[in-house]
Amino acid sequence: MAGLRFDLRDTPPEAAALRAELREFLAEQGRAWGPMVYGYSWMGFDRAFSREVGKRGWIGMTWPKAYGGGERSALERYVVLEEMLAVGAPVGAHWIGDRQSGPLILRLGTEEQRREFIPRIVSGELAFAIGLSEPDSGSDLASLRTRAEKVPGGWKVNGRKVWTTNAHRCDFAITLLRTAPAPDPKAKHQGLSQFLIDLRASGITIRPILDLVGEEGFNELTFDDVFVPDSLVVGEIGKGWEQATAELAFERAGPERYLSSLPLLTAALDDVRAEPAAAETVGRLLARAGTLRQMSLAVAGMLQDGQTPAREAALVKDVGNDYEQALPEALRTLFDPDRTPPEVQEMQRIMTMVGRSYSLRGGTREILRGIIARQLGLR
Amino acid sequence: MSDDLRSILLDQVERLLADAAGPELLRANEHGEWPEALWAEAEALGLPLALAPEDQGGAGLGWGDAAALWQVLGKHAAPIPLGESMIAAALLAAGGIAPRAGYLGLAVGRASIAWGRRAAAVVSTAGSTVLLQPGPATRQGRAGFSREPADLAAPGVPAAEGRLPEAFGPEAALLAGALLNSARIAGALEAVLDMTVDYANTRKQFGRPIGGFQAVQQLLARCAGEVAAAGVAAANAGRTADRHGLAGAAFEIASAKVVCGEAAHTGAEIAHQVHAAIGFTDDHQLHLFTRRLWQWRDDHGTERAWAKRIGEAALARGGAALWPDLTARDATTGEH
Repeated sequence: MAGLRFDLRDTPPEAAALRAELREFLAEQGRAWGPMVYGYSWMGFDRAFSREVGKRGWIGMTWPKAYGGGERSALERYVVLEEMLAVGAPVGAHWIGDRQSGPLILRLGTEEQRREFIPRIVSGELAFAIGLSEPDSGSDLASLRTRAEKVPGGWKVNGRKVWTTNAHRCDFAITLLRTAPAPDPKAKHQGLSQFLIDLRASGITIRPILDLVGEEGFNELTFDDVFVPDSLVVGEIGKGWEQATAELAFERAGPERYLSSLPLLTAALDDVRAEPAAAETVGRLLARAGTLRQMSLAVAGMLQDGQTPAREAALVKDVGNDYEQALPEALRTLFDPDRTPPEVQEMQRIMTMVGRSYSLRGGTREILRGIIARQLGLR
Repeated sequence: MSDDLRSILLDQVERLLADAAGPELLRANEHGEWPEALWAEAEALGLPLALAPEDQGGAGLGWGDAAALWQVLGKHAAPIPLGESMIAAALLAAGGIAPRAGYLGLAVGRASIAWGRRAAAVVSTAGSTVLLQPGPATRQGRAGFSREPADLAAPGVPAAEGRLPEAFGPEAALLAGALLNSARIAGALEAVLDMTVDYANTRKQFGRPIGGFQAVQQLLARCAGEVAAAGVAAANAGRTADRHGLAGAAFEIASAKVVCGEAAHTGAEIAHQVHAAIGFTDDHQLHLFTRRLWQWRDDHGTERAWAKRIGEAALARGGAALWPDLTARDATTGEH
């Protein structure tokens, strides 16, 4: 089908022992977690938990040992991710660093940046946010206007970023900024560059934004003459768009694109047993979960082989987002307010609300489908 | 079978069907004409016996190989009951009965047998016993969506009986049939998607191809997701059957039938919406595929039937076992 490939992959032989270790760890760590933690899934932020994960070598698992990494396979890392997500662990404090910022710095960063950042990501100390969207630039990301002007020794940043998840809790943000005006309106992807910004630098105002659940999950960042030294430029000036879009296969392929609401199925299963429709509903959900897992593993395998399956990743995210949004709704049809435990109902309510973000974050459903359609040959 | 051999085999089948199948033959088939020449070519390639071990005249194909082959059959809506005959031969061989030449009909439960009237013999199962009844199935059954001739076996005395090994289990015929239909759906959906993309790029309205409209693009992208899911589900079911036997792959086969059945619905719906009126005509070939999608999702267990089985098993195991069970298959890695 139009060059899209999903070759089945296996998790590596080491996975079984790794899983056992993770399950023991997560059972211990998870004692105090409640519906709010489960509901926020990988947006949940818990530095103490991330440090514990770091101690066990589960951050930066595939990275070079020279920088503190584990030099393990991408599929072993996949096992760690899916075990965490399946129980709704609050992985947000290390998720972005492990998934995006670390690989970006290793790929394009300077030796100095690698030494500075990578070991601290690995230990779970350093938390990253992603500064892409702006008040007037969402799906049309390349229209962004926050700019960095060259000054002696670095860059002066002015503008605003918005919807940056957990920025008020993070240490650094990887941002995409305009360093040169677009040569013409059709070439707005030119003149963009990536910067690591210290979120405690002077001139930055972080205003948490309450979300519909009532939590402070995301933020507005205002940059007012913020100085960013040359040493924090990532990769090449002017190549920011290519660099940022190359990350998307990593950003879109992971198990977080279909597993966000699975903890609800686990939590609700015993309660819904008495409902006549339960078997069919649960069966359909499990059939999809197993299939999406194989699709996601296929993409992880391609990443392991050094390919960039950006289109396959977009497709898995699209099918996966539909699934994780449908799950809480399907279970709701089996709930009985008088019978279903209150904490299970609460989890369902939180996921119903948080679930609206699944098909928005990391590329809206409509943008993803546009990408898939072009891949199919539609113009 | 190695990956190389598998792709050689698939190429052969692909070429055979590209040359010899097609809408005309399908229409003739629907009017009761047995595709003699195509069947003879399939036999010449040794395909009907391919799932039987080599010492019984077969090619020793695995279920994963077979699923890949059946996907090619689906892609061409191949008008021969080759998949059914392959399964029948596999069951006979597994039960210690030498598979015979000619088309072997497969009787699963009370469902009618595709082209039973042309069968050299009919193979059925009763629990873990496989039964061979010589001669065609003579009672005319009711043709379904596909309009492919369907017949029922008259009661008779089996000429041979054999015991199926544990890996096949008491539901081998049903499971293999569900795998066959899942794979055919996955293949037919690929063809339907390609056909629909081509049409959207060709058909012009408001001065441009309708594929340029976002509304149409969104539909086709969604269809592509379902097609990919169906392909992965069918391949995974075949692979698991190779590793754990048909009985041991019940979850994956059931999942494939559910996912492929759901995808058949979505895919057919979108394809017809994009093709609009021309796709509603008898002249156009779209319905040759979409009617088979609807047929195959009904055959050998509907989405509902298989989903209920998965769900019942999961409910009995309880919430704490759900994720461990979903990942338990990985522990034993196979040939990859």
